[in-house]
Amino acid sequence: MAMQAFTSVTGPATPLMMANVDTDVIIPIQRLVGTGREGLGPHAFERLRYLPDGSDNPDFVANREPYRGSPIMLAAENFGCGSSREGAVWALMGMGVRCVIAPSFGDIFFANCFQNGLLPVRLPIEEIRRIAEETEAGPGNARTTVDLARQVVITPTGREIPFGVDTRKKDAMLNGLDDIAMTLKRADAIAAWKAQDRATRAWAWESVA
Amino acid sequence: MPTTMFDRIWDSHVVADLGEGWSLLYLDRILVHDLSGGRAMAEIAEAGHRVAEPSKVFATPDHAVSSAPGRTAETFAKGGKLLASLRARCAAEGVRMFDLGQRGNGIVHVMGPEMGIVLPGVTLACGDSHTCTNGGVGAMAFGIGASELTHALATQTIPQRRPGTFRIRFEGARPDGVTAKDMILAAIGRFGAAAGTGMAMEYAGGAVRAMSLEERLTLCNLSIEMGAKVGMVAPDDTTFEYLAGRDFAPKGALWDAALADWRKLPSDADARFTRDEVIDMASIAPQITWGTSPEQVSAVTGHVPRLEDAPDAGRRQAWEAALRYMGLEPGQPLVGTKVDWVFIGSCTNARISDLRAAAAVLKGRKRAGHVTAWVVPGSEQVKAEAEAEGLHRQFLDAGFEWREPGCALCVAANGEAVPPGARCVSTSNRNFVGRQGTGARTHLASPAMAAAAALAGSIVDVRSF
Ligand code: SF4
Repeated sequence: MAMQAFTSVTGPATPLMMANVDTDVIIPIQRLVGTGREGLGPHAFERLRYLPDGSDNPDFVANREPYRGSPIMLAAENFGCGSSREGAVWALMGMGVRCVIAPSFGDIFFANCFQNGLLPVRLPIEEIRRIAEETEAGPGNARTTVDLARQVVITPTGREIPFGVDTRKKDAMLNGLDDIAMTLKRADAIAAWKAQDRATRAWAWESVA
Repeated sequence: MPTTMFDRIWDSHVVADLGEGWSLLYLDRILVHDLSGGRAMAEIAEAGHRVAEPSKVFATPDHAVSSAPGRTAETFAKGGKLLASLRARCAAEGVRMFDLGQRGNGIVHVMGPEMGIVLPGVTLACGDSHTCTNGGVGAMAFGIGASELTHALATQTIPQRRPGTFRIRFEGARPDGVTAKDMILAAIGRFGAAAGTGMAMEYAGGAVRAMSLEERLTLCNLSIEMGAKVGMVAPDDTTFEYLAGRDFAPKGALWDAALADWRKLPSDADARFTRDEVIDMASIAPQITWGTSPEQVSAVTGHVPRLEDAPDAGRRQAWEAALRYMGLEPGQPLVGTKVDWVFIGSCTNARISDLRAAAAVLKGRKRAGHVTAWVVPGSEQVKAEAEAEGLHRQFLDAGFEWREPGCALCVAANGEAVPPGARCVSTSNRNFVGRQGTGARTHLASPAMAAAAALAGSIVDVRSF
């Protein structure tokens, strides 16, 4: 419903090279009780990002230049695992992240990204490490570009790495399409399926009617 | 062609083929809770949609409600607002809601099977990752995000990509002191927290067949801690006996028709799975986690690992960070580690059989003086049943608190939390950094192990206690 279209982004790729970053760490549940979708950005990664006195933790990579506010984040295996909270995506977007590149993602997080216009890109860990190295080694303006239409990541040294993405997800992202509207176009198919199912599997219907 | 139970259920729910492995699936049931239910229904109303089939949607407040004895919706004010919105939207859409204190109220994954809302062979989605729990009755149940939930409510369908299948067979006799919780923790420890990412698990083998239905729910509950979307156990007579007569289970001729359908569900003997593993039950001892991922787990008789034993640099770094957070020394034995809190609750282990198992450990003894111990029943029905049996008395006499149903300390979204730095043995499913409260240190274990830790005031092997 709040899908932001995605075409391409460019920035210094923030190397948050931790495995199993769970959505509890991306956004604590307490922030989702009583905080709207907007306003989560300052709380993204708050347990890692701030010191107990509330000041920035210099050890947290996204607090360092040139990464602060970058739209691209690099991570290790299983990024976004755990809770289904979509607030994790809202918080990441709130801190300016539009693309996360990782070898694998939590399954529900991965789906949530596409619902909002945050692009999750799967690349082998070796490629991700090389992007991190090229960014570190490059001058302060070493930039990575992620181009969804062409399905390539362009590294700071200009190497192009292709990535896969499902066509329907890609189309929806490029055009900011709303899933519900797309499904409601199939109202006839849904109605036909229901009529057939009700006749053959009455128990699944009548017991809650 | 031989087929798996998962594929059978998937195939029979495809409304439209969307290409590239994607299908539009029909949802037989949708469950909603207080954290996201009210907002999702408000969003679709704003967009001009209605709940497509309100009779197939069920709501229960659980996450952000206080568990304090005698609580009301207002005890935790922020949660009270979410609850008020859930009530209002359910009333406007004609969705059944099980409010605080009513039969049917409880943790969403506890009340679903208990009320007979979840049945073998049905598809179920809920805006919560532990929806996989419901596969214990042979349903295809999975968690979805907030936006997907609006889609599900507005259309009673969901676009999904067919996942791979992963079977784990538990074979052999169950050793002493080993519960369903220990079995699944051992599996996660062996295969890793990402081993099943996006997949559909099926748990099978003699030890699973011999399990009670409630134990199967516990087993399936932690599927998501291996990254899996779905966890399932084939329905059998144990399942049917459990479901017969439940509030929303089919009755009479419908029951007979359902039974005939359900008996056809189990995977064919020669069905192929994307991944297939066997675990020898003799290799499993009571488990307890030492780190901040469920894969960081050990037999209780074991030790916190030494960093030099890490299989790779990434793992070494993760272990080091986990041990720092947990306040543990590499190589130290787990038994004897001092414990400050004990939490018996959550959709993993707050059913009546879990409370019985925990109470059975007490034997008239008292908790250690320095331990705060909570028992939070999974639902109103569990609470009522436990009180009828007098279990609550046994807990109270042992110095435990007997509280109101809900998620409570599993996720600390309700104003209750384990204090910073405190060490808690918990029967829940996540030991993530800050999960039970900022700075809280969580050790996941079975209800019996948790009760024993409360009595000893430290981590103990329940078999020697
Ligand atoms: S008990 Fe814990 S894991 Fe279960 S639904 Fe509640 S918060 Fe989620």
